[in-house]
Amino acid sequence: MDIPYFPGCSLKSNTRYFEDSAREFFAELGINLVELPEWNCCGTVYSLTTDDIMRHIASVRNLVHAQELGKKLGTNKLMTLCAMCYNTLAQVNALARSRPDDLKTANEFIDDLPDYEAQVEVVHALSFLNENVSFEKVAKLAKRKLNGLRVAPYYGCLLVRPEHVKIDDREKPALMPKLFGLLGATVVDFPYSVECCGSYHTVNMKDVVVEKTRTIIGSARENGADAIVLSCPLCEFNLDERQKDVRMKYPGFERMPVFYFTELLALAMGKKINMGAHYVSPENVLKKYGLV
Amino acid sequence: MELKEDEIAKREEFTRRVEELSGQNIFACYQCGRCSAGCPMVSKMDAIPSMIMRLLQFGDMRVLEKNTCWVCASCYTCDVRCPKGIDIAKVMEALRQIKLRTNINNIDIGKIEGIEELPQIALIANFRKNTG
Repeated sequence: MDIPYFPGCSLKSNTRYFEDSAREFFAELGINLVELPEWNCCGTVYSLTTDDIMRHIASVRNLVHAQELGKKLGTNKLMTLCAMCYNTLAQVNALARSRPDDLKTANEFIDDLPDYEAQVEVVHALSFLNENVSFEKVAKLAKRKLNGLRVAPYYGCLLVRPEHVKIDDREKPALMPKLFGLLGATVVDFPYSVECCGSYHTVNMKDVVVEKTRTIIGSARENGADAIVLSCPLCEFNLDERQKDVRMKYPGFERMPVFYFTELLALAMGKKINMGAHYVSPENVLKKYGLV
Repeated sequence: MELKEDEIAKREEFTRRVEELSGQNIFACYQCGRCSAGCPMVSKMDAIPSMIMRLLQFGDMRVLEKNTCWVCASCYTCDVRCPKGIDIAKVMEALRQIKLRTNINNIDIGKIEGIEELPQIALIANFRKNTG
């Protein structure tokens, strides 16, 4: 099966291993991620003012490319792996559907592409797996169990908020717990799974993120987790790389590896993951559970 | 305190501008405080989100001098929990935009520490929120 796929900037630069692990995993399911031709930045954050149509243009352009590719492949779906791309594209898509005048303005502005017809469905890989494959089938195809790996799913904001684009319950999400439970992990529930990591404040208010990372990782640890699993490259940077800054401020802080959900899926398919790409190496944890 | 007529008009215009940019009804807020209670950034704010909402009902432009809208990370926790359906993240964006559209950026890009280590997802998201 071919599915139109939007990578976004992170998956082609600092977190290539997110995409690599996803491709390896989906290949095992017979699903080919077809990268959108001529894709551009999703816009990164959805602009929230009513008159800021210019800042939605980047997303609309991608949706047009998805529409045209989808016509060739016989689907209206556009899949993302990055939670931030998912959220921005899905919110712009919702706007295009609900505000025809704004869509008309955007279409008139984009004069080098066909009009966007607002028929594309933006899907995150997790909900695609749930709705179009089924987690049970993923578990059946798995080559090995995750051997009780104690993992805490961290959703952050953009897969569960705002309401009209959420892919899971916004207070107590269930998709990742179910998926990784079926794959043989021990899923750890903890009270910070849907709390913001500090997001882009990592640029100019680093200490806010350092405190959030300490709290989030610390809580996962207290609840018995050995690792975090997530879907957002910005959360990943904050929760993985920023542990270096947490250690500088709090020398006793115990580090914890952070996985993209696709890495655990690739592991379950018997694949190797790129451990060197992580700031906090997952090697010891994976050894502990016999996964390397 | 009694306000002069032109001051009242100025205040009404300010609230109307925020409502127009955010698409929200500022006067729907009844001060339950759920936005402030759930806000993950509230401890860094010099006025909590529900206080900003109340001040906006009075058209009080001092909200623009508070750090609240810049500390807000658009995590949408307030908007999914507001019992009146107010999208407070959009109100915060309206306040940011009112400032940014006067050509005043909230950050100086040239002075960001360790910029070479930051991923583009962080930089672009930050610049979209903090620069005009």
